[in-house]
Amino acid sequence: MTTVFALLAAGLFSTGTYLVLQRELTRMLLGLSLLSHGANVVLLVATRRAGSPAFADGRDDPSTFLDPLPQAFALTAIVITFGVTCFLLALAYRSWVLTRDDTVQDDPEDVRVREEPGLDIESPLDGTSPREVAGR
Amino acid sequence: MTEMTHWIALPVVVPLLAAAASVVVGRSRAAQRVIGIGTLAGLLALAVQMVVETDREDVLVTQAGGWVAPLGITLTADRLAAVMLLVSIAMLLVVLVFAIGQGDEERRHVGFHPVYLTLVAGVSLAFLTGDLFNLFVAFEVMLVSSYVLLTLGGRFAQVRAGTTYVVISLLASVLFLTTLGLLYRATGTVNMGDLPAALGEVDPALRRVLLLLFLGVFGIKAAIFPLFFWLPDSYPNAPTAVTAVFAGLLTKVGVYAMIRIQMLIGPDDTVVGGLLLAIAGLTMVVGVLGALTQQEIKRILSFHIISQIGYMVFGLGLLSVAGLAAAILYIVHHIVVKTTLFLTGGLVERAAGTGHLDRVDGMLRTRPLVGMLFLLPALSLAGVPPFSGFVAKFALVDAGVAGSSWAVVGVSLLVSVLTLVSMNKIWVGAFLGEPSENAVVHDRLPVTMVLATGALVVASIGIALGAGPIQGFAERAAETLLPVAGATP
Repeated sequence: MTTVFALLAAGLFSTGTYLVLQRELTRMLLGLSLLSHGANVVLLVATRRAGSPAFADGRDDPSTFLDPLPQAFALTAIVITFGVTCFLLALAYRSWVLTRDDTVQDDPEDVRVREEPGLDIESPLDGTSPREVAGR
Repeated sequence: MTEMTHWIALPVVVPLLAAAASVVVGRSRAAQRVIGIGTLAGLLALAVQMVVETDREDVLVTQAGGWVAPLGITLTADRLAAVMLLVSIAMLLVVLVFAIGQGDEERRHVGFHPVYLTLVAGVSLAFLTGDLFNLFVAFEVMLVSSYVLLTLGGRFAQVRAGTTYVVISLLASVLFLTTLGLLYRATGTVNMGDLPAALGEVDPALRRVLLLLFLGVFGIKAAIFPLFFWLPDSYPNAPTAVTAVFAGLLTKVGVYAMIRIQMLIGPDDTVVGGLLLAIAGLTMVVGVLGALTQQEIKRILSFHIISQIGYMVFGLGLLSVAGLAAAILYIVHHIVVKTTLFLTGGLVERAAGTGHLDRVDGMLRTRPLVGMLFLLPALSLAGVPPFSGFVAKFALVDAGVAGSSWAVVGVSLLVSVLTLVSMNKIWVGAFLGEPSENAVVHDRLPVTMVLATGALVVASIGIALGAGPIQGFAERAAETLLPVAGATP
């Protein structure tokens, strides 16, 4: 069972990583969801007998019980990830309202430094900076 | 511990309750201000008490709700946690006063005060927790508050910066969670008190893997090389007061976690220590070179955060009592000085309407006081005697020489000079010269903003004056952290 879970986690992590590397915020969001699912699966494996319920039904022998602590971790993590995902969705919506686009933008200052020919810290900028253009 | 130590949970509980109260009285900004400042002033007294108590008792422990360690959540306070808490709360109080003086986001949004107080609770929990999973929760409380503070206002630049910041933080959190799962699988506990014994039975190679994973996670939060790219993109876009808190505090919580985990999993792992020293050198150099290419005050200062993180990691990487003590001293100095510089940057922006060096000139002529408020912490940051930066850097170099880490000592001295060069760039660009005639001049700077900044400058000088006792305290803190002090030269 652990092998199956390990493979599942590997699949979730790799797909998630691919999606996070995209430029569209919605895809990154899906990627992050998959990554956090992967982390939760790893937590289940940490119970040592992944797949079985935390409290074995109908029996009173504690030795058959599963360690419930990692499941509690996973539950906490799911709640937190849910909240942050909602926040990211709100950010994506705000980004779409402002620009009609949910592509993640380059940092305007980075662009300026990159495009400055023969960077000289004494040379003044000409007229408007990219920050002003992008940061309306 | 039979004594009553439940009060050490107060720095976590009180701000949360205060945040709730702050939501209830949301219609009255005055009431929110009273709650915010009252809470932080009370916590400041509590933090002083904690420093005194931990210095006498070494470690204070309490079990939340009376549940014992494996089931319940343990809160512990040692000297390191207490001193971090004291400096952080003092700095959060000053920045809140600054934010109130500045108006802006604080006045426009009902949410500012409650979220700020939640951030305080998250930071306190991160310092006081004795349980690694709880540290994860503390980080999340802190980060979620910081997401909201960063994007408060919803301007385009904030949304763009916020996206990068939230995504990278969430990624770090997922990695943190995965590592916790692996650690639990290997040891069966996440309690910091039980871990050293449980880790003793783990294969040393696996232990090193766990340590490196944790250092990677906290390294993202601390913005060490090569995991710093998110920082200069996101920090400068927040409202000034928020940037000051982020700059002064959040990355340092990451460094704090790095110190904790290194002492917990690999206090004598010299291979990882050497790796940390190499990373420290690179972080210093890359950060300061980044700062030299920038043209805006807040961005220059943001790159300096990275560079300064390198110094703290340098102290940690030495894995000696002297090194750790120097790192602690450096963090204390840095939190105060960095926050002051960002607040001064805010004053410049307020007075001139922009923080761009090409468009600010002759501030020294028009605002001599702001000039002084910038000059003192800037010299301190570069490590010019007799300021606090000199004391902290001297302790670091001393520890580095004692550990024969010549290369990184050399790099750190070189980076000090470069720091001075880039501080000089701000000084020449914004303060010297003739005031340009087309400069936007706001009538007056609010007294509270100037007073808040001034208070931090005085605190920084206080650190330099009280360097002896603080150094002694840091050394005792380091000795508690590194029990095998005799084993490492």
